[in-house]
Amino acid sequence: MKIDNKTLEGMAHLSRLNLDQKDVEELKKDMSEILDWVEKLDEVDTEGVAPLTTMSHEINAVREDKTKPHLSHEKALKNAPKKDSDYFRVPKVLD
Amino acid sequence: MDQEIIDKYQLVVGLEVHAQLLTQTKIFNSDENEYGALPNTNVGVITLGHPGTMPLLNENVMGQAVKMGLACSCSISEYNIFDRKNYFYPDLPKGYQITQDRTPICVGGRVVIYKKNGEEHAIQLNRIHVEEDAGKSIHLDGEADTLVDFNRAGVPLIEIVSEPDIRSSEEAHAFLMEVRKLVRYLDVCDGNMEEGSMRCDANISVMLKGAKEYGKKVEVKNMNSLKNVQRAIDHEFLRQVEALENGETIISETRTFNAQDGTTSGMRAKEELNDYRYFPDPDLSPFIVTEDWLNTIKANMPALPRELYNKYMTDYRLPAYDAQVLTESKEMAFYFEAVCAHTKNFKAASNIIMGPVKSYLNEHNLSITNLSIQPEQIAEIIALVDGNKLSFSVASQKLFPAMLEKPNQKAETLAEALHLLHDGDVASIETAVDAVLAEFPDKVAQYQKGKKGLLGMFMGQVKKKTQGKADPKITNELLIKKLG
Repeated sequence: MKIDNKTLEGMAHLSRLNLDQKDVEELKKDMSEILDWVEKLDEVDTEGVAPLTTMSHEINAVREDKTKPHLSHEKALKNAPKKDSDYFRVPKVLD
Repeated sequence: MDQEIIDKYQLVVGLEVHAQLLTQTKIFNSDENEYGALPNTNVGVITLGHPGTMPLLNENVMGQAVKMGLACSCSISEYNIFDRKNYFYPDLPKGYQITQDRTPICVGGRVVIYKKNGEEHAIQLNRIHVEEDAGKSIHLDGEADTLVDFNRAGVPLIEIVSEPDIRSSEEAHAFLMEVRKLVRYLDVCDGNMEEGSMRCDANISVMLKGAKEYGKKVEVKNMNSLKNVQRAIDHEFLRQVEALENGETIISETRTFNAQDGTTSGMRAKEELNDYRYFPDPDLSPFIVTEDWLNTIKANMPALPRELYNKYMTDYRLPAYDAQVLTESKEMAFYFEAVCAHTKNFKAASNIIMGPVKSYLNEHNLSITNLSIQPEQIAEIIALVDGNKLSFSVASQKLFPAMLEKPNQKAETLAEALHLLHDGDVASIETAVDAVLAEFPDKVAQYQKGKKGLLGMFMGQVKKKTQGKADPKITNELLIKKLG
């Protein structure tokens, strides 16, 4: 499958990546190759086979509605690149 | 705009209602589901989307969603998987929201509302599915950063999606009232729109009356009260009609409601590529609804407002208005039910609850669950009135307030102690009757000349003289006898 400029731009937007124009051709080529490789799977006849949604054979893995100890407030914020005593701080995202 | 022009158009609305479920814990982990906690205190590694963590489904979430589904006559899906809805936003630490795209737990169904004339009208549902809430972003003026609180991230939600079946803002209001009543009866959500535990988005379009195809729909968000939903719909209807009349085309977009001036404005269309790339979440195993599990939920369903409404109308023969007021809240309805377990005079029970009880509660801003008087004591009051020992007005104006002060006493004991009971003593009533007749000789003369309507006035005077205690039947007989 050929990746065109529009698809590449769309994916860059969804991934919040700024593409360098000099990388565009190479990225298109790499991604097209990846998709070609995955397309190999199309050769398998999946007629009548339900899609696999999980690798586990378990069903109804559920838990009781009871609280358990979790991270403290301090620990929760510990790895944040930017924070104050209460909140995670991120670049302004208001529209 | 000319009403004639407006009347050419038909409003079409579909609503999406998000309701936060009243569980102890979040949907996929054991952090507290708690409103109003200090920021970022109910957050564990799964909530924060730390690498290598795995979600585990809270069974109670599925149970609550099914309860709502059964109350709305939905069909319940046997096979459930969960999907990832992918998008970037700082309040969504994993980069995706876990939701049900392919296999909503409840399919179809309806919410029945009442039109002004009392007729039932069913609004069809598309689905009810479960999903997780996102965190809360706080944008403060003059602050360079956005602040994020993840307490709400992972709080379980049901999303109730109606078909584009709503034709006026009043219908939208009635639909939301009914949904709120249902979630409260079922104890699945507290239905508080101001606090955001119940939220509503509206898909609004207009079309020429009789048109086959719906117009382009606009999604309106950020309406945090029932009234604002109605205002937003009214505004959006006129805005779209005006645009069409001016030859403009309506674009599918998301608009936000401004509560100050009641208008809507377009949010920047930065998400042109709204491609959520849904796919099944491989971390969660399928949830299969078994017959046993479903039957247990069915067996524990509480009485629903519409069932009670119909029962009060049909079995108890109450007016529609009474049935409506009594079923407005579960607490009110259940209290009324409890009173009716002790009396068969349903109308009297309704009168006391809708009269003195309700005005007392309103005045003191209380819920009926705080009422110090027990349902059986209300039944005692009714028995006194029915037994002709007390008038309804004395019961509600004197006995009821007295019982609020002394909730541990029997109604009759208290009424007696306060000398409220009708005096059946003929001699003392006769004294009062004689006194009244002596006081109004001219009226007596008029009565005897044929102005029989004056009897009521004499009754009133005797009642006044005896502080409402004179037995009305004896008073009536004595008056007629003495007036000749």
